[in-house]
Amino acid sequence: MNLNTALLRLLVFPGLLFAVPAAWLFLWMERKAVALMQQRMGPPFLQPCFDFTKLMGKSAPARQGINGAFMRAWPILSVAASVGALGLLPVFLRSSGFPGDLILLIALLELPSFFIIAAGYTSRSLYGEIGSAREAVLSISYNVVFVTAILAIALSQHSFRLQDLAQNPASPLRLLGVLAIVVCIPAKLHINPFSLPNAEQEIYSGPMTEYAGPELALWEISHGLEWVAMTGLVASLVLPRTGLWWADTLLFIVISTGIVLLLSALAAATARLTIDSSVRFYWRCGLAVAVLAGLSALYLRMRL
Amino acid sequence: MVCACRRRSPWLFHMNAGSCNGCDIELVACLTPRYDVEQLGILVQGSPRHADILCISGPVTHNTTKAIQTVYGQVCHPKAVVAIGSCPASTNAFIGSPVVEGPLDRHIPVDVFVPGCPPRPDAIIEGIAKAAQILADRNGELATPPEKRVAQEQPQ
Repeated sequence: MNLNTALLRLLVFPGLLFAVPAAWLFLWMERKAVALMQQRMGPPFLQPCFDFTKLMGKSAPARQGINGAFMRAWPILSVAASVGALGLLPVFLRSSGFPGDLILLIALLELPSFFIIAAGYTSRSLYGEIGSAREAVLSISYNVVFVTAILAIALSQHSFRLQDLAQNPASPLRLLGVLAIVVCIPAKLHINPFSLPNAEQEIYSGPMTEYAGPELALWEISHGLEWVAMTGLVASLVLPRTGLWWADTLLFIVISTGIVLLLSALAAATARLTIDSSVRFYWRCGLAVAVLAGLSALYLRMRL
Repeated sequence: MVCACRRRSPWLFHMNAGSCNGCDIELVACLTPRYDVEQLGILVQGSPRHADILCISGPVTHNTTKAIQTVYGQVCHPKAVVAIGSCPASTNAFIGSPVVEGPLDRHIPVDVFVPGCPPRPDAIIEGIAKAAQILADRNGELATPPEKRVAQEQPQ
């Protein structure tokens, strides 16, 4: 990957220029799907765009000192990490990736949740701290599943290069790993039934309680970019390769959209779980799937 | 463009200033499938920092006066205030009570009053839509205090 292709992927596709409208589309689709399932009309198509522009035009509270600098920095860093993760996604096979980029992708996908935890503690709001503590506990549980699933997939292809994973057709074994990843997405995106960290009406807005104006707008867009990155990761792992760039792109978008609809339906159909139920779910059910995928990958490798 | 977006995306923070819960229930009714305010972009937010419009119900009891001012200060500019029900407008049935320090506009500037005991959800939605229009029209400055408003309206 040379500098030009890296910049192109970071800024155009699947990076910033594609991802920000896609993030708005996904946020709208989530709200609209929930509304339709509750027999409401739901927000208009451009609603996330309206919200973002309005928040950018609002004033933010004055923040002083090192604490204030950190408060302003977290949302920017979170957006940067999400865009970085998006830039690594192997949508096109040619000129993509470098050895070990899968590990960088896992790290970049994990950073926004780390920044959310940091933001809650930096804000020194009681509700922020409760939200951050919940996010920390939840992220430990789902990350064990998430990383095990990714390792199982990498093990089955014997490579930490995203390109190699994307190039080979999706085997039943990989689908098991992808299933474990999909199970982790609701917790990573804080949607029902794992919306504990930002539980509205319960602990105000969790780690975001003290944020306002442009900073909140950046958090919203970072959340949308996480949607695009997570669904994009799943899409690029199960994508059937046609060899045509436009067909690949179209399939990538269609599969991502399908996953968004699936997750929105799940969010509308379920209620928020308590922290111990969520953690128990990931340690019992999620981990079982992930370990199964890992063990079968290991078994296949030893036989070959 | 920002002004148009302000009108299309008003986020509320609801505060109870000693209300009997009647108006609060009617405000919650606006979120139900029958009235569905989300199609106007209206969302009820958990934190006053996220909100544009502060909805206050109740006759403003002694204990809530400080809280009202604190919460009003936490809402970032531009902001608007909607007083829901007859209580914040006139203290209603609680007039003369020693623990009631209403009406609301003695404490903070109010943009829209929605009278009624309780007001219908339609009336509340109309009030919020008016407040959203006010947000879009003015850029940053606060509602005119009631005395000045009367003075402005008299020459017409």
